[in-house]
Amino acid sequence: MAAFVWLTVITALRILGRNRLRAGLTMLGIVIGVAAVIAMVSIGEGAKRAVQKQIATMGTNVIIIWPGATTVSGVRGSQGGAVTLTVSDALDLKKKIPLLSDTGWAKRDVMQIVNGNRNWNGTINGVSPSYLTIRDWSFSSGGPFTQADLDSAARVALIGQTVAENLFEPGEEPVGAIIRIKNVPFRVIGVLSPKGQSAQGSDQDDVIFIPFTTAERKVFGTPFLGSVGAVFASTDRTDDLPEAVEQIREVIRARHRLQGEQADDFTIRTQVDIGKVQEGTSQTLTMMLFAIASVSLLVGGIGIMNILLVSVTERTREIGVRMAVGAKRRHIVMQFLIEAVTLSVFGGALGIILGVMGAKLTTVIAGWPTIISSNVIIIAFFFSLVVGLFFGLYPANKAARLNPIDALRYE
Amino acid sequence: MTSLIECQDIWKIYRVGDVEVQALRGLSLTIEQGEFVAIMGSSGSGKSTLMNILGCLDQPTKGRYQLNGIEVGQLRPDQLAEIRNQRIGFVFQSFNLIPRTSALENAQLPLFYRGLSLKEQRAQAAEAIRRVGLTGWEHHFPTQLSGGQQQRVAIARALVTSPSLLLADEPTGNLDTQSSQEIMAILEGLNREGITVILVTHEVDVAAYASREIIIKDGQVLSDRATEPRPQSVGV
Ligand SMILES: Nc1ncnc2c1ncn2[C@@H]1O[C@H](COP(=O)(O)OP(=O)(O)OP(=O)(O)O)[C@@H](O)[C@H]1O
Ligand SMILES: [Mg+2]
Repeated sequence: MAAFVWLTVITALRILGRNRLRAGLTMLGIVIGVAAVIAMVSIGEGAKRAVQKQIATMGTNVIIIWPGATTVSGVRGSQGGAVTLTVSDALDLKKKIPLLSDTGWAKRDVMQIVNGNRNWNGTINGVSPSYLTIRDWSFSSGGPFTQADLDSAARVALIGQTVAENLFEPGEEPVGAIIRIKNVPFRVIGVLSPKGQSAQGSDQDDVIFIPFTTAERKVFGTPFLGSVGAVFASTDRTDDLPEAVEQIREVIRARHRLQGEQADDFTIRTQVDIGKVQEGTSQTLTMMLFAIASVSLLVGGIGIMNILLVSVTERTREIGVRMAVGAKRRHIVMQFLIEAVTLSVFGGALGIILGVMGAKLTTVIAGWPTIISSNVIIIAFFFSLVVGLFFGLYPANKAARLNPIDALRYE
Repeated sequence: MTSLIECQDIWKIYRVGDVEVQALRGLSLTIEQGEFVAIMGSSGSGKSTLMNILGCLDQPTKGRYQLNGIEVGQLRPDQLAEIRNQRIGFVFQSFNLIPRTSALENAQLPLFYRGLSLKEQRAQAAEAIRRVGLTGWEHHFPTQLSGGQQQRVAIARALVTSPSLLLADEPTGNLDTQSSQEIMAILEGLNREGITVILVTHEVDVAAYASREIIIKDGQVLSDRATEPRPQSVGV
């Protein structure tokens, strides 16, 4: 049996080698299909990984509550409306919901920051110290401000990498320096570790954090003290997020005295929700890839079937001879299946090489991250094999069903 | 002891559209192991049809055919293939070698379906090639061989399995006198070694090699007689 399979493979290769152009054209569909799948899955995986990394920079198990209702279309209403979230909301949430490991709050505005003769328009965030831990900010030098700084409305600032690069000379140490925000002097006590782009594409390192109290009293000039731009909360376990969201909704609705039918005057999102949007995008991409892959593999498969049907016709006499000297049906079936699989697997292998090269080229030329997983290669290979088997089956059976005498007589 | 071949009242009817062709009409025939039989008859008399049935390539429409006591009419295609592989060798008028495949590999073909190891296949095929006097031509393709040489490769393919029955349907039909004599000498030699040879021919000198002559007419045996053994041929 082993000798039979081996010799049949050699025979198949010889026959394919004899009609190289024909074999090449036949394989083209499989080659393109597999190459497209490999290249695009690699690009998709790369993009997905990048997005996941960005989402992870939000901090773990984070819940964000914004003031303002969600409209039907899912877009949040303008933040300029009535003040609906306050520091006491945040504090009360922590007190009433044991599931929450911490709550924090923040408010932001874009302002000019000056250091000597350099200046920069950056996003000033007035935040509670807890916000920094919830969002997982760490420091490349210096450290965070404390509850005491918040209580005393201290004029201390933490600056992001982008801000540091724009306000300070290379090599100059920002920690300890005095910068001015809206002409109020602040001492820089920490430089944040870079986080890169957010999932939405904005620069997360273009930030300045100052204590919330300092921001509202000395910089922003808020009409209502205690109103926040957003409340942040975190849970210890990801699985607790849905329950925590429900409890938060109840507590805030009660605090805001919303009756049964009245809509929320706030919006709650979790990291999981945001991840889902991204997932949706990559799923669309996956579906598209799937469609492309199926179509090209189908076309490739039909090509193989077609060429094998031609081959069966061309070699009818040969089939007759083989039957006359004792080939059974399964021998003939095997012979043509092996030819089909040789074609498709050869095409698949070429496609894999082309696809990997394509992915690598995309990284080099367009700078997109790509991830070539061994899984996709194995699956692509397996698929090309299955395509060969599936589309080889009909011609192979057709050959095996020939009557030996008719086959021998065939002109 | 059973005969090698026993045909009883064999009919073969082909249907082409509305027309019915009776290629064999109640033919009966017995052939013993070791015979050398020539079948003759005019064109369309049913010789090839009979050979196909004897060779288990086809089955009779009606009637009994026993090969070595096995009732062939009842067998399934794969069982017929098995019998062809184990017991029968074919030689055709048009050689029927597989194109672009070496002489050795052509001779190997029946062994290929026996599941022998590649080494054994090679060795036995080389021996068969030697027996037909083609040593040195093993790696030539059919197109690089003369008609006589091609037919010798076909005989090597037929005898490589040491069959008990060798069927040759006009084996010299496409060959010149010289090649014909060479081929017949080989068949004669094989018969002397004990292989039953049945051959179809239109040529009297070719039929003369046989020890029994059957004439077929309209799908029936017209005459069946033992013939004078012809004088021993000298050399090959
Ligand atoms: N597959 C077939 N379909 C229909 N008719 C057939 C078929 N094979 C043979 N016949 C018919 O059966 C009859 C016998 O044919 P066969 O080939 O046995 O003749 P033959 O004696 O071998 O002739 P020749 O000497 O010309 O080779 C012929 O009339 C032929 O037309
Ligand atoms: Mg004939």
